[in-house]
Amino acid sequence: MTRLSQSFPTDRAALVAFVTGGDPTAANTGAILDALVEGGADIIELGMPFTDPMADGPAIQAANIRSLSAGTKTADILNIASAFRDRHPTVPLVLMGYANPMTIRGADWFAKACVDAGVDGVICVDIPVEEDDSLGDALRAEDVAVIRLATPTTDAERLPEILNNASGFLYYVSVAGITGLQQAAQASIEEAVARLKTGTDLPVAVGFGVRTPEQAADIARVADGVVVGSAIVEIIAEHGSNAAPHVKDYVKSLSDAIRSAR
Amino acid sequence: MWTESLPFAKRFAHMTKHDKLSNSFRNQPDERGHFGQFGGRYVAETLMPLILDLEKHYRAAQADPAFAEEFDDLLEHYVGRPSPLYFAERLTEHVRKEAPEGKGAQIWFKRDELNHTGAHKINNCIGQILLAKRMGKTRIIAETGAGQHGVATATVCARFGLPCVIYMGATDIERQKPNIFRMRLLGAEVVPVTSGSATLKDAMNDALRDWVANVHDTFYIIGTAAGPHPYPELVRDFQSVIGREARAQLLERTGRLPDLLVAAIGGGSNAIGLFHPFLDDPDVEMLGIEAAGHGLEKEHAASLAGGKPGILHGNKTYLLQDEDGQIDEAHSISAGLDYPGIGPEHSWLKESGRVRYDSVTDTEALRAFQLLCGTEGIIPALEPSHAIAAVAREALKMNKDQIILANLCGRGDKDIFTVAEALGTEI
Repeated sequence: MTRLSQSFPTDRAALVAFVTGGDPTAANTGAILDALVEGGADIIELGMPFTDPMADGPAIQAANIRSLSAGTKTADILNIASAFRDRHPTVPLVLMGYANPMTIRGADWFAKACVDAGVDGVICVDIPVEEDDSLGDALRAEDVAVIRLATPTTDAERLPEILNNASGFLYYVSVAGITGLQQAAQASIEEAVARLKTGTDLPVAVGFGVRTPEQAADIARVADGVVVGSAIVEIIAEHGSNAAPHVKDYVKSLSDAIRSAR
Repeated sequence: MWTESLPFAKRFAHMTKHDKLSNSFRNQPDERGHFGQFGGRYVAETLMPLILDLEKHYRAAQADPAFAEEFDDLLEHYVGRPSPLYFAERLTEHVRKEAPEGKGAQIWFKRDELNHTGAHKINNCIGQILLAKRMGKTRIIAETGAGQHGVATATVCARFGLPCVIYMGATDIERQKPNIFRMRLLGAEVVPVTSGSATLKDAMNDALRDWVANVHDTFYIIGTAAGPHPYPELVRDFQSVIGREARAQLLERTGRLPDLLVAAIGGGSNAIGLFHPFLDDPDVEMLGIEAAGHGLEKEHAASLAGGKPGILHGNKTYLLQDEDGQIDEAHSISAGLDYPGIGPEHSWLKESGRVRYDSVTDTEALRAFQLLCGTEGIIPALEPSHAIAAVAREALKMNKDQIILANLCGRGDKDIFTVAEALGTEI
């Protein structure tokens, strides 16, 4: 919790970087996570692979398949997190994924596993506030942040329900759609962030479809964080086990743009 | 003329507050869409407001006599309901020849394969497209496995003049070619899905991906009694016409209720449609038949027999999965049963003990398919062939004066190529 809340600088937006754990193999992920940090990412989102990632576009779907085909297990993801925590004691790490792999051994088991692995927060794509008790209570009991998603379809009436019991940061999914395909218009992002900020003191990070340093800088001017996922995952798809230096260069280009945005 | 003469809200009396008997099996789900620990609304936030909106519109439709009237009118004059209730005399005789003295129950079929489009799927599609119209949606999407739900959806879209996109696994497209052509004739766009195992579950993933990107104008017609609340409830309600008709027809013909109901289960919409109106008749036993594929120890599609509770496609239910919660690929000779999950109400009915569940293999289903062709002159779909195999099995153990009522939920024209291949025949 403290790592997460301290990771949003006051003078610039934070860079939140996503990769799928175990892509291309569990053995490669450590070096890729290090490359994210060295490139300037402030917060790491580690994706838990799932056979049926129905909120994801083609790039992250393929990453899930590569990871599972390489034999990645939940235990590997937790080991990757735990080793990352040892190497980077101050960089926040968030697990992102789907309800079934997270709850299959019981929500309490998963919450404790997060604590043991040094995980600071969890984003579960398919547990909306209506089903919060299936995972949220267990995470809060262990002081693991329950990071909520807001979307263009989240109206003013619904927003307070989402913010209730939310922690860490608020993830604004800027397009109604799946990951990686298109980016929202800057004006709509600005309007949405302003609306969300009236309801919460949590930092607001904006993602879905962010690819170029210019796009990242535009969002960095209006939001507390910029989330980039599919574009990084595509570099891993291209370079496989040699992806780390390429990932680092790309993330640095985003980070530089964000740092000079304001 | 057939008319049920009841508005929806009364017809589904289990949902009106004063009728919520604590000892009833017909008062599920609760306000959050939970059937015991099962069901729920496990969807991405983008879809959540839409799901809530759908529920609101469904409640309004239930209270509106005009909705029930239009539904009934289309079922009667467009679908061809009520479907007949048929005493399968020669199949009964055939079973009795092998049965011990005094055994061999009477076998009756609810003939939902005689519906327009050849299966029970159309009942639900009529209900959902009327809802889509009420909600002002202008584009329809659906997933399909065997193609029956795709054909039914394409049919109602043509009837109501709405554009239609059907997601279908590339593997299923290969084994259901006639249905692809039918859907295209009806004006639907059929999108092959190549992700994952390229079957029904992957088609559902892609339909959800389409929906999340087109929430403003698109209605998703889910084909089975599964998915996020309120889908399992409303699909069941639309399909319950099967059980309500069958109950009235059997009472009229024999003056009594059946001793045993049998239906095949993939997601479970035809089974819940048959079972639900009988759930509070304590003397009526029920048997749901899952697809055992190559056998329960090998590849199969029997989620209740071989799975455990988990979360997929918007609901908590029994799923075929590994210890990490990764979803296993299902197998059945019947594309319509080839799904690694099951509707949440069936999971609840299993745990409550009200309904018994068993399974039938590919080989047993094929034998039953041929048996019905030869004894009754009816070519059944491979889905109800699973139920027929179980009916023959159960009838042997029951007394001659007892009655089994099974749902013949689809006709087999679409399956002749699959059956020919399985029998080693070229056509």
